[in-house]
Amino acid sequence: MKRSFVLFVTLMAVWLLLSGHYNATLIAYGVLSCVGVVALMAHLEILDHEALPAHLGFRLFLYIPWLLKEVVLSNFAVAKVILTPSLPIHPRILRIKASQKTQVGQVAYANSITLTPGTVTLDVRNGHFIVHALTLDSAEGLLSGEMDRRVAHMEVHAAIHEGHAPDTAADIGNRSERS
Amino acid sequence: MMEVGREIGVWILLVAGSVFCVIGGIGMIRLPDFYTRSHAASITDTLGATLILLGLALYSGFNLITVKLFFVLFLLYITSPTAAHALVKAAYSKGLDAPDLEDVTEIGGATSSSADSATLRPDAKGVN
Amino acid sequence: MSVFFVAMIGVLTTMLLALARAFMGPTVFDRVLAANMFGTKTVLLIAVSGFMLGRPEWLDLALLYALMNFTGMIALLRFSKFDNLANDEQIK
Repeated sequence: MKRSFVLFVTLMAVWLLLSGHYNATLIAYGVLSCVGVVALMAHLEILDHEALPAHLGFRLFLYIPWLLKEVVLSNFAVAKVILTPSLPIHPRILRIKASQKTQVGQVAYANSITLTPGTVTLDVRNGHFIVHALTLDSAEGLLSGEMDRRVAHMEVHAAIHEGHAPDTAADIGNRSERS
Repeated sequence: MMEVGREIGVWILLVAGSVFCVIGGIGMIRLPDFYTRSHAASITDTLGATLILLGLALYSGFNLITVKLFFVLFLLYITSPTAAHALVKAAYSKGLDAPDLEDVTEIGGATSSSADSATLRPDAKGVN
Repeated sequence: MSVFFVAMIGVLTTMLLALARAFMGPTVFDRVLAANMFGTKTVLLIAVSGFMLGRPEWLDLALLYALMNFTGMIALLRFSKFDNLANDEQIK
């Protein structure tokens, strides 16, 4: 119920921001649409902590600036590599360990890896990621494990805060095999 | 004075954004295989798009347009890694030519396990 | 010459390069990657040209393009994997 309400408020805020017209008819349409979406999601039973990771909380706002800094730095590094005439790339496929315990945490980590140019997640298998790295520097940055630590830090706090049993990494492995 | 500063800021952001986009495009042509090219695409999707949209946001000042610009940016940041991952995962699981899988525990200590990669990718090669 | 014109030239150049990669291939994945990049650049092109022509409302179109590009790409990949958009039965 709490989740439904949070989702409704979020959807309504998005509606109001995107529409830009504030008269009774259009706002009524907005309310109807948002109620419809929330009802549909409740009916499909997909309104869980995965659909609405509100429990990540404020730690997310500490992680995002760091991630943006990393993205900018690796953008410059990869741009330099592309513009160097000799093209000094060293493509490798690495298996690295993801120490996050929840699915949301692993998704956040995998997406952060992919968002950073120079590294891209190929697959997730039983708590390990298969990652393609473009240069030696990007591979080293990945192996230093700082991003892993930061995502895990954000998530550990969240799990305590929420107090629910997280999905295990093995569960994620099963899912990826099934898909 | 304020206006001139803003004008210069818009110029710098938009030109830098276009430069990064073009660099990504050049990488798309220059890099040798599919997996490396996906990194070039991620340059244009992250910094190129961010700088251009930030430039537009600075130009428009703070109003509903800015909110929409940040919405586009947020959407790009969510969808672009998802799309990139879906694509490379499809390519990898179909066995598109790739470097061997390495099990690395620390920097420099690379131990390539060829047996493992053979079992993980039974149908390597032969995809067009 | 307005700065938007410069940005547009940059974005259009990138689109041309992506298109060149889409024609060159060599694998289907290269083509999909190039098409996806082309789609993202379309979003930027619409946004920039909207500002250039004094019609920033075009951002709504850009937003729609971003969503459609994402959906289209996932649909394409599902189709290449399952040969079907409806169910999860993998092709043999």
